[in-house]
Amino acid sequence: MRPSTSHLRELTGKRDFYAGGLMVLIGLFIAVKGTTYRAGTLMHMGPGFLPTALGVLLVILGITIAAAALAPAEVGPDGEEHTDDQRILPENPQWWAWFCILMSPVLFIVFGRFFGMIPGTFACVFIAALGDKNATWRGTFVLATVVTAFGVGLFSYFLQVPMPILTWWGAQ
Amino acid sequence: MIGTSLESLYYGFGVALEPHNLMFCFIGVLVGNMVGVLPGMGPLATISILLPLTFGMKPVAAILMLGGVMYGAQYGGAICSILLNLPCHPPHAVTCLDGFPMTKQGRGGVALGLTVFASFVGASWGITEMIFLSPLLVRAALQFGPAEVCSLMLLGLLAGSTLARGSPVKGVAMTVLGLFLGSVGTDLETGSERYTFGMTELDDGIELIALALGLFGIAEFMNSVNQVAPINTKYTRVSFKDMRPTKADLKQAFFPMWRGTIIGSLCALIPGTGPTIASFVAYATEKKISKHPEKFGTGLIEGVVCPEAATHSSVQGDFIPTMSLGIPGDAVMALLLGALMIQGIVPGPQLISQHPDIFWGLVASFWIGNIMLVLLNVPLIGIWVKMLAIPYKYLYPSAMFFVCIGVYAANNDFFQVGEVAAIGLFGYILLRLGFHPAPILLGFVLGPRFEENFRRAMLISRGDIGVFVERPISAVFIALCAILIGSQIYFRLRGTKPPIEPSLRPHDTGAPPVTAEMRTPAE
Repeated sequence: MRPSTSHLRELTGKRDFYAGGLMVLIGLFIAVKGTTYRAGTLMHMGPGFLPTALGVLLVILGITIAAAALAPAEVGPDGEEHTDDQRILPENPQWWAWFCILMSPVLFIVFGRFFGMIPGTFACVFIAALGDKNATWRGTFVLATVVTAFGVGLFSYFLQVPMPILTWWGAQ
Repeated sequence: MIGTSLESLYYGFGVALEPHNLMFCFIGVLVGNMVGVLPGMGPLATISILLPLTFGMKPVAAILMLGGVMYGAQYGGAICSILLNLPCHPPHAVTCLDGFPMTKQGRGGVALGLTVFASFVGASWGITEMIFLSPLLVRAALQFGPAEVCSLMLLGLLAGSTLARGSPVKGVAMTVLGLFLGSVGTDLETGSERYTFGMTELDDGIELIALALGLFGIAEFMNSVNQVAPINTKYTRVSFKDMRPTKADLKQAFFPMWRGTIIGSLCALIPGTGPTIASFVAYATEKKISKHPEKFGTGLIEGVVCPEAATHSSVQGDFIPTMSLGIPGDAVMALLLGALMIQGIVPGPQLISQHPDIFWGLVASFWIGNIMLVLLNVPLIGIWVKMLAIPYKYLYPSAMFFVCIGVYAANNDFFQVGEVAAIGLFGYILLRLGFHPAPILLGFVLGPRFEENFRRAMLISRGDIGVFVERPISAVFIALCAILIGSQIYFRLRGTKPPIEPSLRPHDTGAPPVTAEMRTPAE
């Protein structure tokens, strides 16, 4: 980690730089949006007071985090913490599996809303299980069926969650 | 004072032994243990996933069941770490150090048996502390005005986020984010909507379940999917017979167990130092006073029993500020407190007098539940061991269903299911950027009450911010906050980290994979 021409690249390759940056962005967003609510006085605080203050605080914390990534001196005795995984993506990114996991609630909403609990559950488990790298159609199908049978039994019959078991085009 | 405590305890046993409550406590322990044993499911994930099951229940039954789930899951995690070298919960990282070598020597059963025993002793001590200290604390806390409550919360939040593992600044950032998330929705005082962007579903704020399941469920699954090493079940053949320790084992375990218990209860008294730190300190102490420190890590009974007793005693101790002040020390406690709030119960010093059935019932059920845990684990260990072998590819899709339906059941609304997906993605990004999401939950649960008390303190003092240092009790809390921040900066500038942590990192031992919950702070 020697300072050189590639310093800038090194810097932006650091995870903490992005971590701090994200906090600054979120903080800015909170603070800017917070000013649209009435701040009030310290004695009679309005709804915007605390969130705006938190947003500003988050910006400061974000700058601190990012600044820590800037300082090359950090490699000293404390180096251990900074030499650890600085990659943002893991070694072998699992885009397909991540997509499957995030699609799982989405399909649950779509199928659950329009067709009921059985299709919703089945779709939710099915798509999530496809994310595994060793997934087979057969195994996925069996798993989704088993979970659906068990889940509908537990939540619909036993716990009485008010969601139609089977419906057509959301007749709720 | 002691007399009234014992009388109340008697009343508590009456509540906890009602067949209905007893049943839910039993179900909680059983299911918690079952889910907690599954590799990759720590107490946080387990409690969040099982939380929706309690929605329809009465508050007492619900909290007794969740209490059972909590220590069931904790013990399940110990099984997982001793037999598989997989710590699903940070405190168990230390248990792996000597627990797994014992398993390799074929003494895993003994390690498990002694763990049951140690956790029972640790928990019993913690419960006793809870019985006698909580009423005292409540008496003190009832004198607190809004300014004191405010600075106490500040201390709790700071301690929870900075004494944790990982970067303190990042921890504080997560707490601030949590406080903000807690302010989303209708402002209680003025009734105006904040950060809802016109979505009426957000009027009541972000759903606690969605937050917890997003951060500790979905984000965690995204982190572990296809990254988990296949489980090595070579050593997991343990039967009931193997669990019986010999007399020599018991003798060897006796003093370390008590030392662990005392260390755990001391750690519980310092806000923010939860079971993780307790177990690390316990292990380090035991190693220091041992006559043969070089043998640690090769399967010593002391190395298993001492941290386990410390963990359980400190977890029980953590209930004291949670129940008597309404200030949780870590994310697990925050989740339990949040569950109480879902049931419409306001946490704080008035809880014990207003809902004695909840407080004393819970205390009594801890004991009953811990005995159940011992009784359950002896005959069922064979089944738990089989459950360890369930592959992750079946586990996480099924868990995804529990996440979806659980969030739906909170309000019978699909909006929250979308919410949980969004929070899950956000949580995973945070994980990859090196944040630990647990303090978010802490800030989220305390946020609304912090704001309310802050406003009230400012109103009473006529907008004078100096009130926090002028009132003596509040000034003490603020001074502690300052010491906390000061010491962090000091350690940072000197380039050293606070002791205990680095030398005992779990991956020094042959690298059990570090899951996100592993990395969560002082739980």
